[in-house]
Amino acid sequence: MSQIPVTTTINGDATEFLCEADETLLDVLRDRLELSGTKEGCGTGDCGACSVMLDGRLVCSCLVLGAEAEGREVETIEGMAEGDTLHPLQKKFLEHAALQCGVCTPGFLIAAKALLETNLDPTETEVRYWLAGNLCRCTGYDKIVRAVLDTAAEMRSA
Amino acid sequence: MPDQGQIATKRKFKLVGTRPVRPDGVDKVTGRARFGADMTAPGMLHALILRSPHAHARIKSIDTSRAERLPGVKAVVTRDDFALPERRDLVDICYNVMAREKALYDGHAVAAVAAVSKPVAREALRRIKVVYEILPHVTDVDEAMKPNAPILHKDMRTKGIDPKPSKASNVARQWEFGHGDVDRGFTEADIVVERTFKTAATHQGYIEPHACLASVGSDGQGDLWCCTQGHYMVRNACAGLLGMKVSQLRVTASEIGGGFGGKTTVFIEPVALALSRKAGRPVKLVMSRNEVFRATGPTASSSTDVKIGVKKNGQITAAKAVLRYQGGAFAGSPVQFGAMTAFACYDLKNVQTIGYDVVTNRPKQAAYRAPGAPLAAFAIESVIDELATKIRMDPLEFRLLNAAREGTKSSYGPTFGPIGLEATLEESKGHPHHLAPLGPNQGRGVACGFWFNFGGNTCVSLNIGEDGTVCLSVGNPDIGGSRASMCLMAAEELGVPYERVRTIIADTAALGYNEVTDGSRVTFAVGMATIKAAQAAKVKLCERAAKIWDISPEAVVWEDGHARPAGANAGTFKPMSLADIAAVAGSTGGPIAGHSEANADGAGVSFATHMVDVEVDPETGRVTVLRYTVFQDAGKAIHPSYVEGQFQGGAAQGVGWALNEEYIYGEDGRLQNAGFLDYRIPVASDLPFIDTVILEIPNPGHPYGVRGVGETSIVPPLAAIANAVSAAAGVRHTQLPMSPPRILKSIMEKRDGV
Amino acid sequence: MGVGLGNEMMRYEAPESTKAAVKLLAGSRDRARILAGGTDLLVQMRSGMPEPALVIDIKHIAAMGAIKREAGGFRIGAAVPSAELGEHAGLVKAWPGVVEAAGLIGSTQIQGRATIVGNLCNGSPAADSVPAMMVAGARARIAGPGRRRDLPVEKVVVGPGKTALKRGELIESIFLPKRPARSGDAYLRFIPRTEMDIAAASAGVFLTLDRKGICTDARVAIGAVGPRAILVKPAAKALIGTPLDEAALTQLAAACSAAARPIDDKRGTKEFRTHVVGVLARRAAVIALKRAKGE
Ligand SMILES: Cc1cc2nc3c(=O)[nH]c(=O)nc-3n(C[C@H](O)[C@H](O)[C@H](O)COP(=O)(O)OP(=O)(O)OC[C@H]3O[C@@H](n4cnc5c(N)ncnc54)[C@H](O)[C@@H]3O)c2cc1C
Ligand code: FES
Ligand code: FES
Repeated sequence: MSQIPVTTTINGDATEFLCEADETLLDVLRDRLELSGTKEGCGTGDCGACSVMLDGRLVCSCLVLGAEAEGREVETIEGMAEGDTLHPLQKKFLEHAALQCGVCTPGFLIAAKALLETNLDPTETEVRYWLAGNLCRCTGYDKIVRAVLDTAAEMRSA
Repeated sequence: MPDQGQIATKRKFKLVGTRPVRPDGVDKVTGRARFGADMTAPGMLHALILRSPHAHARIKSIDTSRAERLPGVKAVVTRDDFALPERRDLVDICYNVMAREKALYDGHAVAAVAAVSKPVAREALRRIKVVYEILPHVTDVDEAMKPNAPILHKDMRTKGIDPKPSKASNVARQWEFGHGDVDRGFTEADIVVERTFKTAATHQGYIEPHACLASVGSDGQGDLWCCTQGHYMVRNACAGLLGMKVSQLRVTASEIGGGFGGKTTVFIEPVALALSRKAGRPVKLVMSRNEVFRATGPTASSSTDVKIGVKKNGQITAAKAVLRYQGGAFAGSPVQFGAMTAFACYDLKNVQTIGYDVVTNRPKQAAYRAPGAPLAAFAIESVIDELATKIRMDPLEFRLLNAAREGTKSSYGPTFGPIGLEATLEESKGHPHHLAPLGPNQGRGVACGFWFNFGGNTCVSLNIGEDGTVCLSVGNPDIGGSRASMCLMAAEELGVPYERVRTIIADTAALGYNEVTDGSRVTFAVGMATIKAAQAAKVKLCERAAKIWDISPEAVVWEDGHARPAGANAGTFKPMSLADIAAVAGSTGGPIAGHSEANADGAGVSFATHMVDVEVDPETGRVTVLRYTVFQDAGKAIHPSYVEGQFQGGAAQGVGWALNEEYIYGEDGRLQNAGFLDYRIPVASDLPFIDTVILEIPNPGHPYGVRGVGETSIVPPLAAIANAVSAAAGVRHTQLPMSPPRILKSIMEKRDGV
Repeated sequence: MGVGLGNEMMRYEAPESTKAAVKLLAGSRDRARILAGGTDLLVQMRSGMPEPALVIDIKHIAAMGAIKREAGGFRIGAAVPSAELGEHAGLVKAWPGVVEAAGLIGSTQIQGRATIVGNLCNGSPAADSVPAMMVAGARARIAGPGRRRDLPVEKVVVGPGKTALKRGELIESIFLPKRPARSGDAYLRFIPRTEMDIAAASAGVFLTLDRKGICTDARVAIGAVGPRAILVKPAAKALIGTPLDEAALTQLAAACSAAARPIDDKRGTKEFRTHVVGVLARRAAVIALKRAKGE
């Protein structure tokens, strides 16, 4: 069985790759496209470390087939900063020390960005429930939630 | 700058105690940072491990021939590829890395393959034929201690008892600590409470699975990239297991996605190296989450009897605990630490703890944050709480009355120096949290905790660049912002801006032995080494200035980032900055560097008090954590944000342990919940903000007063939450996790008067 | 990397019409599977179960990707992810219980993919949207080699992981009928955490009131306490003819507990689930009542 050719857009760049039918988008990103900023914590949808945007929706890339990216737009952590300008969330995560080991961070940033795109004035509870699919074992979520709320406040006043 | 916690500081620093952005921060928010699984090599193979589906089975034969014949398979290894090592401390590790005559737990590695792709490797595993003879198994600690229990190791004789037993058992060792006469103490008591507690095994639950990339050449030289808490430990263990010379194996630590103690030993690294050596190609081996749960090192499960006696005035007269911890299939459960820490918070005349280290058919435990201590504190602090209620004393006052303080002979031997337990208790008494009202079905719990903190072998090197910037090489992986703390300490000591210092994690060839990032040792020990290396560099900087000024080196002092003449007698020279001196280093004697090699001693012990409010749904047994405050002594908080982070992370892990996390084994001895859906660590919506109060009672053993902070924070939560739940539900809870079925049952039994 | 492997490698197809999908499905041997959100299918593929020979992605079939009004109710395409249900104001207003149930499935990430039809066809007794759909009177439209047919949702799942779909059949859409005046629905589940768990027990309630506030019609379903979700007639009967007073609610809870046939497993004990399913039914009924009253 030959591999499937896929034409897609990743972080705004037209991208082509070949993949197996059973290969996940996560494996394609990490193993074929060298976009290893997207992490694998479980491979079964439980941890959110592999979060990416697919046509504007937040998804776990470990539960998407690479072949499904055909004709779609994928956004990963590598596309979050604009050149050397960090996204406000990235800045706030650093300022608030919202990461310890940092392995969950790309997933949280992508998920938080998706939240702020739909709701720039979330409550603490809304932030917590929106991010409930992103596991962090280091921080107890405290500084992550604060960083997201603070970013939202800053973006609202901008 | 965010500044949420409260800090009681005494001493003035310029940089230490501020909250700059960590030096590795940008890499970690942009996806550039490379973790264990993020490395590749040309010609790399993919490896997978075949694991035993049985809890206890004799491995009669392993036939790998069909796998070897599969095109694309480049190497297969089994027990035959691992000779038992000479180093005795590696024998169990060797057996754990690859099963030998028996598979000792569900998930025990039996064979491994390296192939050109993951699918080929997967198919190869299917083609390996293992013949097992299934043996009876035991996974519960109390069952394993029974005389008729299935025996794991026929040569295991309990150590630490006299005379040495003649019969094999599952008890590897007995420990005993204490002083005074507990029996007499109990006769002096007005009230005695005696209870038995049980805790389930939990997993560290780091989000990054173990991963490594190994490469061994035909010249016997090897390179290994892996996520670990200690790459020197990995090097020495792997070299020992593979019969390599330590200098021939270079290990580079990747960024590490959490460890909490779980990455302080080797699992897959020796296997990857063995495969690479056999295949002659680089081999990448990454664990799945299922493998992480089944075959790494969860913590112990335990069963503990506690007996404490008090007088009506609140004075404890005697305290005793018998602790039974199973630590999986090999000796080495953390019961020793459990027995040592159990009563460390109290000033006791009569105290005794006995610990049993028990083996069962479960994966060999690894350290988990203050290993052994939270389980013991759960039992002891629950009984303390009950006693406080019985004598109608506020639980904080009761603890204060009996608290260990400077000069107390600890229950495990040493006499305490200046310690912060009382300070955490006093602080919690006056905190708004303690004064806030509670609603119906709500309860408040408090508990204290203790951890030793470690020091240990440490080697760092600090190099000053010609442009006046500083590069610090340390040998301990940065798990939670330690690079930032090292930069702060080096900059503080040298008197240069924080941004001028860069800290890197050097590989094993670059520095001398550094102990694992564990025991909350890094900010203490590596921090001390950093300060000493900076001091050594300062001596050299002063010497260079002296040379330039042509005065005696003794006549130069280092102040405020500058070399200055020591006084009027020394002459008048314009002070030279570090950058000034560095710029001309080439003409004054060459590069300037400072080193420190030491076995760090004097890690100050640390204490914490936690306070938590919960609400229990009386109809479903569901617990909601409403409010949480951590009061802990940090000695000196170098970077307060990361200290708070340690407090919060420990508390959150404690919440999981107390309420929902547990290893669930079926009748068949197989793990039933090897995934994050059913091994329930707290998610963001399960927790409130976790407030922190950092107390700073300087550790005399560190130049800046630092004490380790990483572990103490997980010691009190199990008990604090149990006390809160017991108060809210109106029933004392003695078994973890306090999952909804358990809580509901207790409430219904109480209602029905059972 | 198919060469040399014993297993036939998986094939991926993304047809653009139901007809084409059915053709692929019917033309393939047993090992063809529909891919909707993939949140069950990909997990199963990963768990080492035999891989399907053919995966048919239905997300390129336009008709399956939309929510449409029909006969006063709604037709929800089989490829519509849960998140879209929550974004559809009309649907939220008409069937809040169904939308909330679908909204409980997994995390925000899972919501972006998971479908209610996938939830149904996966055949888990703990599937969250199923009891809610059952009490709402939802019907599944089935397409296959023969004529299309409609089946009430409660008839779709016949046992754990087993559906009434025949060879070559798939579900094209779910129809939620027009909700009567003075009616309301609600769904609740029990999980130990606040999110990211599979239900240990669950209950859905739908009820209609007369002008005086007396219940004239009710449906009650329970999940995760037996081999599949079931409608509990005695529980519904306990409500009908009452203003949902204390006695009726107590009876409702007792009827649900009596109908439960749970097992002891990692998600809860028998005893616990039996009790809690009653508590949930009662709480859901109170919510449904409020909704029916327009509160
Ligand atoms: C992390 C995580 C959390 C989860 N939490 C929950 C939860 O809280 N509650 C819950 O109920 N479930 C939960 N699930 C399970 C899963 O998300 C749901 O069952 C989901 O609704 C499945 O929908 P899907 O579209 O992703 O299905 P898919 O995986 O695409 O399909 C599921 C099954 O249905 C079949 N199928 C799909 N569409 C059709 C069709 N149109 N016709 C015929 N057959 C079809 C597929 O072949 C497959 O067998 C969770 C899963 C994960 C990974
Ligand atoms: S790796 Fe995808 S959710 Fe964990
Ligand atoms: S920072 Fe380590 S898992 Fe989140």
